[in-house]
Amino acid sequence: MTGPKIIFFLLATSIVVFSILSITSRRILRGAVFLLFVLVAMSGLYYMMNFQFLAAVQLMLYAGGIVVLIIFSILLTSQINSKLDVPKMSHLLAGVTTAVGGITLAAFTILKYTFHSTTETAIGTDMRTIGLQLLDTQTHGYALPFEVISILLLAALVGSIFIARKNNT
Amino acid sequence: MNLQAEIPLDYMIVLSTIVFFIGLLGVIIRRNLISMLMSIELMLNAVNINFVAFNHYLFPHRLEGHFFALIVMAIAAAEAAIAIALIINIYRQFNTVNVDHVDELKY
Repeated sequence: MTGPKIIFFLLATSIVVFSILSITSRRILRGAVFLLFVLVAMSGLYYMMNFQFLAAVQLMLYAGGIVVLIIFSILLTSQINSKLDVPKMSHLLAGVTTAVGGITLAAFTILKYTFHSTTETAIGTDMRTIGLQLLDTQTHGYALPFEVISILLLAALVGSIFIARKNNT
Repeated sequence: MNLQAEIPLDYMIVLSTIVFFIGLLGVIIRRNLISMLMSIELMLNAVNINFVAFNHYLFPHRLEGHFFALIVMAIAAAEAAIAIALIINIYRQFNTVNVDHVDELKY
């Protein structure tokens, strides 16, 4: 076992264990905290693959933003001490069958297929390259998706304020 | 660090598959709207691992998977904001966030 392998298996086991705990925990606030652990471990995976910017965004947006939003909405909508219902037997059976069947099928397909990587030289993943590519209008530039996503975020912001307003008059 | 030699691409994709189906299981077994939203976040993150892993292992000369993951994250943030606004509104009307009890269109 070498260093990267050990770190990968540590991150992978923590992701799987905490995501199972986050959906099976009957106290919803604990579920949200387990989700936070999953997201932090995932940003570790991005660091392993050399995408520092993406890992930072993951930490900032998910761990710092979305989980806090979810915890706030939990506090606004439910008592802290109340437990979630035990899932119905039929739902549990259907869910576990779907999950196990899906994982088996997908893993079987993936492990049978051999992937071929390109031989071209790798591009850097530093901030400068990312920023230049994101705002580039030439080939391999992503200026249009960047603008579209900013419009979408503005629309989502206005829409969520309108929906959550007290009196919809 | 040469990650390709240490960890094959299959490991990453199998990991993301497992997390995706755990999220699907959460959507099926939970009846609470916020729990379901959390499971959806898990599924979106699993997809992000897939994009990033394919970008790093198979197409390192481009940053397509990287930007796709970035855009998925932005969509997830917008989706979470809208969903939580809706959930809070539903809680005001029905005094519950259980999907089995939220079955009236007219109140």
